[in-house]
Amino acid sequence: MSAPTRMTLAQARDALAAKKISARELTEAHLTAVEAARPLNAYTVETPEKALAMADASDARLAKGEAGPLEGIPLAIKDLFCTEGVESTAGSHILKDFKPAYESTVTANLWRDGAVMLGKVNMDEFAMGSSNMTSTYGGVVNPWRRNGSDEKLVPGGSSGGSAAAVAARCALGATGTDTGGSIRQPASFSGVVGLKPTYGRCSRWGIIAFASSLDQAGPMARSVRDCAILLRSMAGFDAKDSTSVDVAVPDFEQALTGDVRGLKVGIPKEYRVDGMPAEIDSLWQQGIDWLKAAGAEPVEISLPHTKYALPTYYIVAPAEASSNLARYDGVRYGLRVEGETLDEMYEATRGAGFGDEVKRRILIGTYVLSAGYYDAYYNKARQVRTLIARDFKAAYETVDVILTPTAPSAAFAMGANMDDPVAMYLNDVFTVPASLAGLPGISVPAGLSMDGLPLGLQLIGRAFDEETLVRTAGVLEEAAAFTAEPAFIAGD
Amino acid sequence: MSVNLDTVRHIAKLARVRVEPAQAEALVGELNNILGWVEQLGELDTKDVPPMTSVVERGQPLREDRVTDGGDPEPVLRNAPDSAHGFFVVPKVVE
Repeated sequence: MSAPTRMTLAQARDALAAKKISARELTEAHLTAVEAARPLNAYTVETPEKALAMADASDARLAKGEAGPLEGIPLAIKDLFCTEGVESTAGSHILKDFKPAYESTVTANLWRDGAVMLGKVNMDEFAMGSSNMTSTYGGVVNPWRRNGSDEKLVPGGSSGGSAAAVAARCALGATGTDTGGSIRQPASFSGVVGLKPTYGRCSRWGIIAFASSLDQAGPMARSVRDCAILLRSMAGFDAKDSTSVDVAVPDFEQALTGDVRGLKVGIPKEYRVDGMPAEIDSLWQQGIDWLKAAGAEPVEISLPHTKYALPTYYIVAPAEASSNLARYDGVRYGLRVEGETLDEMYEATRGAGFGDEVKRRILIGTYVLSAGYYDAYYNKARQVRTLIARDFKAAYETVDVILTPTAPSAAFAMGANMDDPVAMYLNDVFTVPASLAGLPGISVPAGLSMDGLPLGLQLIGRAFDEETLVRTAGVLEEAAAFTAEPAFIAGD
Repeated sequence: MSVNLDTVRHIAKLARVRVEPAQAEALVGELNNILGWVEQLGELDTKDVPPMTSVVERGQPLREDRVTDGGDPEPVLRNAPDSAHGFFVVPKVVE
């Protein structure tokens, strides 16, 4: 058996079931790794006592033969999920010290199935960012380095802490959330697998809201199988979220048949964007060749409104955010900065509590929803969103799944792109369209850039067809045989 | 359409976000940059295209109209910056 923190989640599950390791031993090994990984700034809160208590409870259930599907598996939880009695701050100063009195549905589902919480992990403030640099706790350091360089790179965002923790082997898996690419882009930058399910697959209840029509929770882990295992536990209808959908949750792991013969894989020509690095284009071609060699049939498709997806997103998401974030007013929770009047208190609290990117998006959102501009911006964006969703619908009449790159670049240096919001937004050019259409997507590490950084390929599936996504991703993963490791591995 | 300093101050007021003068100046450029970029949507003819209201085509779920939770102010007030006698405390609103 390899070192406990080196195992995949599936290997650890099997070792626990075979009594080759106890849940306590597995958790202790991870808590040591969490400490060793502190220089990454991935964890914002460590919960060792809670973890050990949960691990002991897991050992008791394992002994009685009552193990759940995730019994004894140590996980990192994105700081966007409300966890009862444990700081849940969305990476924002305005939610400083907030300890929810309730547990989010997704995390409650994980604990129900036996998982162990190692702590909360860092993220862009209110999930607004593609670098993790907007967090009130500061940026997360990507465990990967360019060949021959010690320059610190970003892990991507917003689920940057989740991606870094999984990549550095200080969690077997993590929860992420994805609004426009916040699971898939950091997965690509950090060399891990990240799955954004169909909108409505996982309950949003207890997840601090950013853009409610787009937000979706999903798993991040070191293999497609691990993500499939986690998704089964996270997903499910929840009466407390009126947008969660009452459909059966299959055993996604069973979808890993390795057989994609006859599968039609769409290759959207609009994703060959200007200025895309040659290495990303060639990795994409490599992915097409791998699937073809496995018996799938690549089909060129057109998603004509692709170039309008990002500008649509940057109207819809800030509009919803400006409404969702109205609740942070210094009255019920979080930061309060006193003022003479109620309005002054609101303004002072929100002025001091929100970071620059969050303020920018609140102001954009307020503007596009304000009288006189609502039709020109917000309604127009919602109409274009309909066109984007129709593009995918038409494509799925001829193909079963779509293959694209995950991101237009590998991880960049901490501090890069910070002075140009639009340049930062372009990170999500390949992930945003599926988000707007509510479709499931997965990023699989598929190769290395010329300077040794991980690059991901994205698969986009039909709504509620995560099984085809997982099946195809499994074949891609096996063909890619991605075994490269980051420069920093906790405990090494 | 472009924003000027007055517009930035106005939307900051609407959003109840205090913006320092230097920050407001910087925001004029940043917001215009973003708004200029999103204006490319104007190239598209969206006449007769319905605005998306729900990405998942489902009916509106209804539940029985009954109380499911409540009557427990302590956890509700636990995170409040200021509370007294089972209420949130705010600066005086009515003279």
